[in-house]
Amino acid sequence: MKMKLFGAIMATAMAAAPALAELKVVDTSYRTGPYAANGIPFSDGYQDYFTLLNERDGGIGGEMINLVECETGYNTEKGVECYESTKGGGSLVYQPLSTGITYQLIPKATADGIPLHTMGYGRTSAKNGKVFEWVFNYPANYWDGASHAVTHILNENDGDISDKTIALVYHNSAYGKEPIRTLEKLSEKHGYDLTLLPVDHPGQEQKSQWLQIRREKPDYVIMWGWGVMNQVAIQEAVNIRFPMENFIGIWWSGSENDVKPAGDRANGYKALTFHNLGSDYPVYDDIQKYVVEAGKAAGAGDQIGTVLYNRGMYAAMLAAEAIKTAQEIHGTAAITPAQMRDGMENLEMTEEKMAALGLPNFGPEFKVSCENHGGNGYGAVSQWNAEAGEFELITDYYQSDQEVLQALVEEDSMAFAEENGIELRCQ
Amino acid sequence: MPEQFIWGMEVFANGLMAGVLYALVALGFVLIYKASGIFNFSQGVMALFAALTLVGIMEGQVPFSHLINAVFGTEIHHFGWHVPALAAILLTMVVMVLLAWLVNYFIFRHLVNQEPIILFMATIGLAYFLEGFGDIMWGADIKKLDVGLPQGINGTIDEVTYNLFGYGFFIDNLDLWATFIAILLVVGLVLFAQYSKHGRAMRAVADDHQAALSVGISLNFIWVMVWSLAGFVALVAGIMWGTKSGVQFSLSLIALKALPVLMLGGFTSIPGAIVGGLLIGVGEKLFEFAIGGMIGGATENWFAYVLALIFLVFRPQGLFGEKIIERV
Repeated sequence: MKMKLFGAIMATAMAAAPALAELKVVDTSYRTGPYAANGIPFSDGYQDYFTLLNERDGGIGGEMINLVECETGYNTEKGVECYESTKGGGSLVYQPLSTGITYQLIPKATADGIPLHTMGYGRTSAKNGKVFEWVFNYPANYWDGASHAVTHILNENDGDISDKTIALVYHNSAYGKEPIRTLEKLSEKHGYDLTLLPVDHPGQEQKSQWLQIRREKPDYVIMWGWGVMNQVAIQEAVNIRFPMENFIGIWWSGSENDVKPAGDRANGYKALTFHNLGSDYPVYDDIQKYVVEAGKAAGAGDQIGTVLYNRGMYAAMLAAEAIKTAQEIHGTAAITPAQMRDGMENLEMTEEKMAALGLPNFGPEFKVSCENHGGNGYGAVSQWNAEAGEFELITDYYQSDQEVLQALVEEDSMAFAEENGIELRCQ
Repeated sequence: MPEQFIWGMEVFANGLMAGVLYALVALGFVLIYKASGIFNFSQGVMALFAALTLVGIMEGQVPFSHLINAVFGTEIHHFGWHVPALAAILLTMVVMVLLAWLVNYFIFRHLVNQEPIILFMATIGLAYFLEGFGDIMWGADIKKLDVGLPQGINGTIDEVTYNLFGYGFFIDNLDLWATFIAILLVVGLVLFAQYSKHGRAMRAVADDHQAALSVGISLNFIWVMVWSLAGFVALVAGIMWGTKSGVQFSLSLIALKALPVLMLGGFTSIPGAIVGGLLIGVGEKLFEFAIGGMIGGATENWFAYVLALIFLVFRPQGLFGEKIIERV
């Protein structure tokens, strides 16, 4: 009887299960917890783009995409659990969306032969493909961001900031400390004074830091924050009447969530970005038609066009283009994780390609190679328009200071290679 | 007057204000601990839930709209009206009383005379439940909260201090309001606990559940009342913190700021929560100002817990806590 019952259950399960998809992509999302407000739009964008490809194009190269979502709650342990529980079955790429999870996954993914794409976060020196075979952080990384902020300040001051003071308000964690070395190096080069102001996690109380800013009156404030730290910092800046146009956040401090609680007074706040903003792109018409109206949107469908939705969608688009590249290289539609890595390593994003995808001028042009897993380091500056209720791009994409950064990347990655006995590739 | 001293005075004043905000969170813990001996782990989440409910009511948001839309394929999000702040606060209070009744009915009335650790574990479960419930009910997005409290630098203090010291002090108007409200709240709660019939019953329950029952005090009523009061304190804390940072799920983490306050002020003293909050607020701000920069900064959380630890060593019951006497 038991065997019959077991057989019946198995038969039902097998009949009900969908055909196994060949292109498995995992979305390690966080829709719960303190950072859910940021995790939801990113995940919605990431999933909606793959859903669009399935619905409109029948997948990629004829193979349907099997998108698996796993909730991390922005918790490193849960992120690792997600990786371990989903890595089987040919998962092509992971986008951990957390620097903490990324650091844990680098050795695991390297051992398992599964590529990581840590777009604008994670370990910066993973840009060096000679050391980090399975990790990619194109199109820009934290050190690019620090350089973009300084270049923007240089551009506003006719190239001379030797008499300026810049304060870095940062989350007192590995993530927040990432830009310090770059900013110190750039300080040596350009002569500005750098003040470091760490903020305790989670950042709900920042009075000390902003009183110091009020006393010392730095010319510019750069922020490396996340979650509630961003909203409180912007509110405190408003309270002490710090000029918002001289307040520049990294791209993780530059979403609508960060500025809206401060209301109209946040107008003029700037944030870095490595992709364009808004929803005035042909691809959004398709997302509306094939995803939202078809009732297949990942979330409530109310995040489309927000900064973080765009970022998630951009990440999915780059993953899809890497899959296409891998399919072309290997002449097969059903690629493996190792073949996906080849696709990522040979990815080239041109304006023609982005325009054809319905995303003209959406991101910078860049090329990935065996040596360079981080792209060309282009970024731009956006500014909050409180009246319109949106961030607007106010500069073209420009390149980070490669002269300074390349040396830092080389130094850090080589130290990692030596510590871990990694044999260099691409020789 | 030396510049550093003047700045130190500004930091001191801001520390006092920050301390009041910490004390607001700590008060909720004290109320429940005083009446039931329960260390309520969910107090931070209650502040979050109260603030979420307040914004939801003010904005006319349909509760559980995401769930309703997902199940029934509808597209409803708002009722289309906006509720004035005062009315919304009253309605939120009704919700918090209902929550208190539900918490007591489904959880704590089943746990009378259980070990404190069991009651504590139950509040951990409640915290997780309430966080998820709040998410399903109101959504996870960050909401702007504006109940009409002014924010930004207080011009009068700025001007007066500038005339006195040649340097205008920064004091946030919101912090001044928080101080005023906290004073009212503490005076009200102390008067209630000391002089009202229900207040005395609350203290009797705190001393001994069974003895209180034997003289005819309704444990259920007292517990619902205390959880409602804690809900009210949570609502006030949620409004103050939510106005600063927007109402978002990290609001629940403000409980972390209350723990050193409780260790210092004592778990059973309402004035202790205030004094503890002020000591922690002033201490951490002055330490960060005077020493923080020399040792890398971001010392505030560290300092608060170290100060609390020192107090624990020399006065385990806190400054105002009841002395622990164990007789063999």
